[in-house]
Amino acid sequence: MQRQTNEPFFWVLFSAGGVVAALFIPVHLFLFGLAIPLGWVDPPSYDALRALLQHPIARVYLFVLCSVPLFHWAHRFRYTLYDGLQIKHLNALIFSLCYGGAVLGTGIAGYLLWRI
Amino acid sequence: MSSKPAGGAVSYTEFHPRWYRTRVSTFWWLGRWPYLKFILRELSSIFVAYFVALTLFQISALVRGPQAYARWEQALRSPLLILLNFIAFAFVMFHTITWFNLAPKAMPLRVGGKKLPDALIAAPNYVLWLLVSGIIAWFVLRT
Amino acid sequence: MADTIKLEVQRYCPERDAEPSFQTYEVPLRKEWVVLDALNYIKDKVDGSLSYRWSCRMGICGSCGMMVDGEPKLTCATFLSKYANKNRPVRVEPLRYFPVIRDLVIAMNDFMVKLKKVKPWLIRREEKSLADGEYLQTPQQVDNYKQFSMCINCLLCYAACPVVGLDPAFVGPAAIALAQRYNKDSRDQGAEDRLDVLLHPEGIWGCTFVGECTRVCPKHVDPAGAIQQYKLTGVIEWAKSFVMPWGGR
Repeated sequence: MQRQTNEPFFWVLFSAGGVVAALFIPVHLFLFGLAIPLGWVDPPSYDALRALLQHPIARVYLFVLCSVPLFHWAHRFRYTLYDGLQIKHLNALIFSLCYGGAVLGTGIAGYLLWRI
Repeated sequence: MSSKPAGGAVSYTEFHPRWYRTRVSTFWWLGRWPYLKFILRELSSIFVAYFVALTLFQISALVRGPQAYARWEQALRSPLLILLNFIAFAFVMFHTITWFNLAPKAMPLRVGGKKLPDALIAAPNYVLWLLVSGIIAWFVLRT
Repeated sequence: MADTIKLEVQRYCPERDAEPSFQTYEVPLRKEWVVLDALNYIKDKVDGSLSYRWSCRMGICGSCGMMVDGEPKLTCATFLSKYANKNRPVRVEPLRYFPVIRDLVIAMNDFMVKLKKVKPWLIRREEKSLADGEYLQTPQQVDNYKQFSMCINCLLCYAACPVVGLDPAFVGPAAIALAQRYNKDSRDQGAEDRLDVLLHPEGIWGCTFVGECTRVCPKHVDPAGAIQQYKLTGVIEWAKSFVMPWGGR
């Protein structure tokens, strides 16, 4: 069958990112963004967190956490711009900014986590 | 079907009435509550990206040393960031709930010939989410 | 309950008007009346020039779809009394996102083209001869596609879907649901023939799962579910096109 579009690929990335975001982001954001700064829980010590970060599994996990959801954002935001602002004629620009951003973020995450 | 231009003398071509096409407003999504709910759901993806950016800053601070991380923690305590994180958390939860509730639509499961009710397919997602959150919280807080 | 109710009906006469306008009518408010009864009353007793489509008046033909207070509804299935307590007239407009031919009548040519594109009929590679008997189906096999077969082509889902209004190339909820009705029918062998629509950039991928189509469907077809399932099929077909690029008909 002649493949006329690569949309399915981006949709799969969007779905994967959506699942990762739905399962993992709430607890992270709650702990580090609210509970710890507001003093609802005892903050983990610097050394403990640093040690946790050292573990290769933790780094792989964080890489997935900081890359796949970006592609979820890229796809969803792209369509929000198409439909919400009706600027689909700018789709080359929108596509580049969205997926470019996701690739950039993924690159930064990879670099940061590899360097440890 | 050819459409005659609006304005000027209104003439009628037999069997070719001038169809009226309403242009969709840029603010179509404000017109109805279901549409607005949909756009809010889509905008939650911005806060997903915000979380990733926040986490990358956090990892960077962690790597740079205890003083850098202490400065990071201090920044997170500012009222502006607390407020922003409250809003972000609300949107991220909105994403999680809408995502799990819509999952059954994409994957209808049949058992013994009958389609499983939506709630039964959504429920395991929530259970998994609670489990995963618990495990991560334990890793972060056990220290 | 009051004696009468006011309807604000959109009028558009292409010979006279450059744009649609609204005309208000007062009709009796009978407990058992639906919006269609009110329109028929207007046409019979008040203003014979009002044009609109209707037929079975029992929710099965799909002709009488219109916007009632901004919601796509079958006017034969929408009770007037539900709108009685509001202090404003009931607004009746033609289905959203379609060109208006006259008054409440819309042009559905575009939909008919899209419907034909999905080939909504049983496609067989080999036909059975009459002597071999019927194509048999178990109740389970019927269940697989039954929900999608309930579509009456009323176009309420098109009037509800913002992507239909924003993206003219989007095939639309009902057409995709009907494609799935045949894809999932065990007697059908034409899933590949429908891939043109599936793998076309605009075909189904414009759908962002707003979900309004499923909410307004009077027959509980769940087109949104059909589309999401078709997206999964699309992913598999897309992947197959890499692994087996020579695959064809």
